[in-house]
Parts: sequence; C-alpha cells; structure tokens
Amino acid sequence: MRIRKHPILEFKKGPRVTFTYDGQQLEGYEGEPIAAALHAAGIKTLSHSHGQGRPRGFFCAIGACSSCLMTVDGVPNVRVCVEKLRAGMRVETQQGKGVLR
Amino acid sequence: MLKSTGIPTPADLAQVYPDKQRLERGPVAIIECFQSIPCNPCATACPRGAILPFADINDRPQLDAEKCNGCGLCVVNCPGLAIFVVDMAYSEKEALLKMPYEFLPLPQPGAVVTALNRAGQAVGTGTVIRVQSPPAFERTALIHLAVAKDLAHEVRNIKVEDETDEAR
Amino acid sequence: MITTQIAVIGGGPAGLQAALAAAQQGAKVLLVDDSERLGGQLIKQTHRFFGSEQQFAGSRGIAIAQKLEAAVRAEKNVTILQEATALGIYEDGVLLVEQQERVMKIKADRLIVAVGATERMLAFPNNDLPGVYGAGAVQTLMNVHGVRPGKRVLMVGAGNIGLIVTYQLLQAGVEVVAIVEAAPTIGGYLVHASKVRRAGVPIYTSHTIKEAYGQGAVEGAVIWRLDENWQPIPGSEQDLAVDVICLAVGLSPLSDLLWQAGCEMKYVPQLGGAVAVRDSHLCTTNPRIYVAGDAAGVEEASSAMVEGLVAGLAAALSLGLGDQQAEQQLSQAREQLTALRAGPVGEKIRAGLALVEKGVSADA
Repeated sequence: MRIRKHPILEFKKGPRVTFTYDGQQLEGYEGEPIAAALHAAGIKTLSHSHGQGRPRGFFCAIGACSSCLMTVDGVPNVRVCVEKLRAGMRVETQQGKGVLR
Repeated sequence: MLKSTGIPTPADLAQVYPDKQRLERGPVAIIECFQSIPCNPCATACPRGAILPFADINDRPQLDAEKCNGCGLCVVNCPGLAIFVVDMAYSEKEALLKMPYEFLPLPQPGAVVTALNRAGQAVGTGTVIRVQSPPAFERTALIHLAVAKDLAHEVRNIKVEDETDEAR
Repeated sequence: MITTQIAVIGGGPAGLQAALAAAQQGAKVLLVDDSERLGGQLIKQTHRFFGSEQQFAGSRGIAIAQKLEAAVRAEKNVTILQEATALGIYEDGVLLVEQQERVMKIKADRLIVAVGATERMLAFPNNDLPGVYGAGAVQTLMNVHGVRPGKRVLMVGAGNIGLIVTYQLLQAGVEVVAIVEAAPTIGGYLVHASKVRRAGVPIYTSHTIKEAYGQGAVEGAVIWRLDENWQPIPGSEQDLAVDVICLAVGLSPLSDLLWQAGCEMKYVPQLGGAVAVRDSHLCTTNPRIYVAGDAAGVEEASSAMVEGLVAGLAAALSLGLGDQQAEQQLSQAREQLTALRAGPVGEKIRAGLALVEKGVSADA
C-alpha cells in the first residue's frame, strides 16, 4: 500500500521502527501518523462505535472527526491519524471511551 | 455536451483548431480550453507572444497561429494540461503530437505505446520519439508521440506498460 | 501571557499571506497553526494552480506552500506556534491556545481567523464503514504520508476537489472506477474533467451513491441515477466493486471561533455555510477580528492568498502601521479579488458576498 515512486512527490520518511498493534508486531516509519502505518499494514478498522459496535476507520485524517481514537501506551482516546509513531509504541483498539487513569 | 461529459465535441474543437492550411504547414498549439475561468499562465509562458496577453484574467486564450512554432512551453505550463501541439508536416504518413504527461512510468524514446482518445479509449498505437522532462518543466513531461495522421486529432493520452512495477 | 500585535490563526495560504503582509508593515505577528507542517491544504496539492502570476499560477500547490513558508520564516517579526490549537477568542482580544497539553494566553490587538473549512458528509447506508473517507483524507494519506488509500475508488462529487483528487489517485497508482455527480453537469473546471476522462475514468452525472456495503470495511457500492427532480430512479442501480468511497461533496467554513467570539454570523449557502459578516477589508463586526480564506467563504487557494493580503494589510493599517504604499497594496489586492471573481465561475461567490459584506461595525 506504500507508494514507492511518485511522478510529482518525494516522500521523506524517518527510520523504520517496530511497534505493536493489539499484541501483533508491525513496522512503520518513525514520525508518520500511527494510522498511516496501520493502513500501510492493511489495518483499516481502528475502533468501534459505542452503541452498536460498528467498525470505524479514519475519516478526516486531520484530527478533526474522532473516528480514529485508539489507546496508545495506555493512554486512551488518542487521535492516531495525527499522533506520530515512535519505536516500541503499544497501540490497542479500545472498547468504548477508554479508561482515563 | 462538454459540461456533462468532460469531453469536447467536434463543435467545441472547431472553435480552437487552426485552419487546415496552417495545420499542414507545421507544428501548432491546439488550446483545448473551453471555459471562462480565472487563469492565464499559457499567455505568460509563450516566448513568442503567440498566445495573446489577456485583457481580463477570465478570458479564454486566443492563439495567433502565425506566431506559434509549436515549441510546447504552453503545454507544460497550462494548469489544466489542456494544450497539445500537432505537427501534420512531421512525415508523409505520420503526425507528431506533443502532449503533457504526469504519470509513472515515463515511456522510453522508441517505445510503442497505446494511444488513447479524449474518452480514454484505445484507438491505436503511437511511437514515442522524445520525452522532455527538464527541471524547468517541474515534473510535467512533454512527450513527443508519432501517430498515424488520421489519429492526430483524436489521440490525447497514452498508456505505458508498467513492466518494472514502477508506479506501484 | 504572550503579547503580540496581530495573531493569525491558521497557517494555510490565507494565514501565511496575512502574516507576511502584516509583518512587512512592521507588525509584531504571532502565527498559530495546529498542524505539523505549515501550508494548510497546499501541502497536499500536487497540481498546478490557476489564477495569475500574482497568485503563483502555474506553480504546484506544494511549491507555493514552500515559498510562503520560507518567506514567513525569514520575517523577524513573526513568531510561529505549531501543533498549537486555538481554543477560543475572549474579550480584549485574548486568545487561548493549547500546545502540547499546555494552555497559553495570548493578548493580541488584532486577530485574523484563517482556519479554513471542513469536509461535508453524505448520508447513505453504511457510510460509517472503514473505507469511506473524505477527499482531504485521501489526499493527506496519499500525498503527505505516501500510503495508498486502497485499490479501487468510487469518487462521489465532480467539483474541483473530486476531479483533482481523482487525478491524484491515478498518479498514485490507484484505480478510480467512476466519479458520480448528483447534478446534471460537472461542477468543477472542465479541463480537470477532461484530464480524467482521457485517462479512462467515467463521470456519471445525475448519479449518486445509494449505499455502501462490506464486512468490516467497504467492499462495494451501489450507485443509481437521479431524475430531473433529483429523485433516485429505482431499477437504475449499478453495483461497483470498490474498497474506497471518497466523498468530495463540498466544504463548510470552520466558523466556531467566530461564533464563540460573538461575531455577527450569517448562513450563506453560496459561501458554504455560516460565515462572519464583514466589511470590504475583511473586518468582522468585532473590530479586532478579521477573517480570510475558506473560513470567510469556501472558494479557491488563489483568492485565499489575496484575502490574506487584504486582512494582513488592513489589520496593520488599523494599528497605525504601514503607509501610503500599504494603502495602495491593499487597494490592488482588492482589485485582484474582483478580477478573480469577475467571470462566470465567480457568480456564486459574488452572490454570496453580496449577502455578507457590510459597512464597518460598532465598537467591540
């Protein structure tokens, strides 16, 4: 899913890092949004709606719509479409609104 | 109708095509721009003043076909990628088209590619004669494509085989 | 508390030009932007822009963003706060900004709200499935992060954004199966439409999406035709196998800060939604607050840049900064706007502006 060569753009990526998604080890580039790394790995469902549990993915990709909230390193309701990936991050789908500690 | 299909009709094209005599003399720009929008880089790009300076930025471009030598600078500067150069004097059997191209892979000179019409349909093949992509063109390549003369007014795009999977 | 003369909220084309214009007149400027990179929507625009030389016509959006950013960073009078979100505008021109979980108070003599617009949603069954994305989201994923949104796309909307994003998808190596447009004609520039037609993408006017479907994510969409009264025609359904449905159905100005600050607002469909009432210098009914760009009315990047110039110059002049030359520049900028809007495609904007442009307000 990653674009290797583009007719107009050149993509400057940080170093390749590993992180976990619900326990599964994945790779991405440091500094890109977590949602981009997940999407590149084929993961489109990021959360579930609170009432009916319907799958939700990102929608606006710019941090404005709340469709992409996940728990990152234990912190709930993180907007993964803008949150930057760091090595060793623990990304988890959360149930409902997550728990604030 | 252009407004619902996005494809100019023969009547639309007749408005912008130079006459047959001029076409047969050599390369000339065909400005397939049919809508009054605020835009004038074509006039600014032409080094010969063949595209007349705009009185109002919303004017449609006017070409002085006598001044035009088909250099192609307007082709790569048009934000709408709406200008093409047609040279009916290229050879006995073929016309040379110059068209803008912003996809990968870029074809190699000598390559035979599928020639597409304004609706994206394959209508034949063309031979790539030259690909100009200098830094000044800012990644809009100018493709020189030789096609059979009877395709010269139909072909406006190409399809390049992606053997190296470059676009992926 | 940080003090500044002019706070510009939003670092897109309008905000960058406003900051530049104000700083060049000697104003102390604070530029606040909530994103990682300056440039707003410009950083995703790979296509060449329209307009005239003064609006960088012929240059790619990404190149314009770089030019404007470099110019703003070179201005000593401009302080830039990035990944900083404006929370509210209070009395006496106090602006609250959150940055990295800290809240800052900023006291500004003038504020220029250039926060842009947000994407509209379309109602249809299963529109919440992963795979239904706004056009801006597709651009962000593709052009900023280098990740393809999917393999086969249905584009909903043939305005400029729908047509441009279709072209960008093709450049990224993604197939666009079809564009559907509910209106009987194409809304965007016809040259954009011609580009994608000759690349083989069909445009179905008088068509819309009936529903999306899929297990856990989009696997397909059903489109159908509309009659002359915009009513769907049962039996005209077509099934398309797609994994992305891209919505390009219009933008709405982000008016929250202006509502919250108590500016007089008006709902103007031609401008995309609720916008601030303003004078010809883009000053709202609160004399401290100016508005520019898509936040003032959804239009184009070219007019956003010129509105930024108008607001930046006007705000500086209102503080006693700048001279006759600045007045002249302001006048020329207003003429540029008139020229950009003079043609047939500017009719809607002109009609909208006629409903919200007023004389100057009462005191704050």
